[in-house]
Amino acid sequence: MNKDDIKLSASSVNLWFGKKQVLKDINISFPKNQITALIGPSGCGKSTLLRCFNRMHDLSPDARIEGEFLLEQRDLYERGLSVTEVRSRIGMVFQKANPFPKSIYENINYGLKINDVPKEKRQDIIENALKESYIWEEVKDEMQKPATRLSGGQQQRLCIARAVSLRPEVILMDEPCSALDPLSTLKIEELIVKLKKDYTIIIVTHNMQQAQRVADKTVFMYLGEIIEEGDTNTLFSDPKNDLTANYVKGHFG
Amino acid sequence: MKLRARERIDNSVKLLVKTTGFLVIAILGGIFFMLLWNTAAFFLKIKPMDFMTGTQWNPSGDPATYGILPLLVSTCLVTLGAMVIAIPLGIGTASFLSEYAGKRLKNILKPIIEMLAAVPSVAIGFLGIVILGPGIAQITGQPNGLNALNGAILLAVMALPTIITVAEDALHGVPHMYKEASYAVGASKWKTLIYVTIPAAAPGILAAVMLGVGRAIGETMTVLMATGNASAFPKGFFHSVRTITATIAIEMGEVPYQTTHYYSLFAIAAVLFLITLAVNLLGEHYVNKFRKFHSA
Repeated sequence: MNKDDIKLSASSVNLWFGKKQVLKDINISFPKNQITALIGPSGCGKSTLLRCFNRMHDLSPDARIEGEFLLEQRDLYERGLSVTEVRSRIGMVFQKANPFPKSIYENINYGLKINDVPKEKRQDIIENALKESYIWEEVKDEMQKPATRLSGGQQQRLCIARAVSLRPEVILMDEPCSALDPLSTLKIEELIVKLKKDYTIIIVTHNMQQAQRVADKTVFMYLGEIIEEGDTNTLFSDPKNDLTANYVKGHFG
Repeated sequence: MKLRARERIDNSVKLLVKTTGFLVIAILGGIFFMLLWNTAAFFLKIKPMDFMTGTQWNPSGDPATYGILPLLVSTCLVTLGAMVIAIPLGIGTASFLSEYAGKRLKNILKPIIEMLAAVPSVAIGFLGIVILGPGIAQITGQPNGLNALNGAILLAVMALPTIITVAEDALHGVPHMYKEASYAVGASKWKTLIYVTIPAAAPGILAAVMLGVGRAIGETMTVLMATGNASAFPKGFFHSVRTITATIAIEMGEVPYQTTHYYSLFAIAAVLFLITLAVNLLGEHYVNKFRKFHSA
């Protein structure tokens, strides 16, 4: 891979929660404007790895991280780089849709306010983010409605809009469809594929069909290690490793 | 037969538990009835209008006056002062415990704060007379420091454990996913606390405040010892006041049985009861709302 095409990378990463090692010698890079899926059985460390990139582990005192994380050429854990900047450049969408218990408008406005976006600009940004996330048509007339009254799928699209509104370069998605019905899942997947042209996306998923539908590249993890990575079609049709083969065929996991 | 004996025991326990349950309700009803009965007797002699709007409480004067206003204003003044001190302190401490303190520090601090609630009110009254009073006197240049401010500070100390404990529970109960969502858009811990966690915990915090008010309004011994108990109409925080509770405690021991003065004390007790009832109901209402919010 050409160096310029790499958006995000991690090298020689080890991570411990207390005494338990959760990530072991992870080396991985994520290509620009592509969707990379992280798959693997529960507890294999996919979400943990994902959360390293926007420094969500800063909040857990018993997490210890070794290794290097680069966003383009910038070290994400460098002293002097504020965690706020990291998180505004690397957005995140969570497993369970988590809109704030505030109005739809305020859900997006909050992130803008936090990041000091001037008031005059916010209205347009909010509208665009909602349009980009294909939820504008459904909510444009009731922006003051509590976000918690939206359906699960709408809530998740609102959360994507919230992430998108800050114009991040990377969007991390932690099983964004695991709590949704098939129809909402399909809508989110379409949305993810459309977002690819503007963002680099990493998606953790348990759903192998989903990985095949949306991802350009797939990474298979097992017990804290990366077992195999590659082009999605190749990984699913012709896995090199027995563990990968067994997992993608549904023999375990 | 053994089985029948077992059944008999079961039935008698059931009866016993039922009796204790009804007994509590009966006692509560009895108190309410007693207050009401004696209050009614009072209003047969004194016009309710005179009672509610009178600005002088002087039952032993000639003519005797029974205006509740000075007492009511005193009670409100002391309670208000206590809340002005206790609410920011309480919410601040609760925020610290819930969001900033490490697990170990929290495990030490929380029991200590709860222990503060176990200090007898008489002992806190001592504090007012021996330490706070002279201090206030020195600062204000008054002969003594037994005034509304003194009582307010002591009541704040007494209301703090309740406010801190309930508010901390409320803050701690805010689902972690809201905080994560806030951090993920780049918010700092401080901004997350102000814009997300506290608003989400608002019903619980309001409940904490209400319970704190309830505690302060009904407190007797501390204010009796610390506020000076002058029966003149209260002029402010730096003047001696006489709350409803203190008035009842002082006068009940000396009043002749079944006189107007005697009944008047029941009347002011009934007013106090209504106030604390309203505050507690309001507090409960918010606690319940808070629970619903979290089970949703």
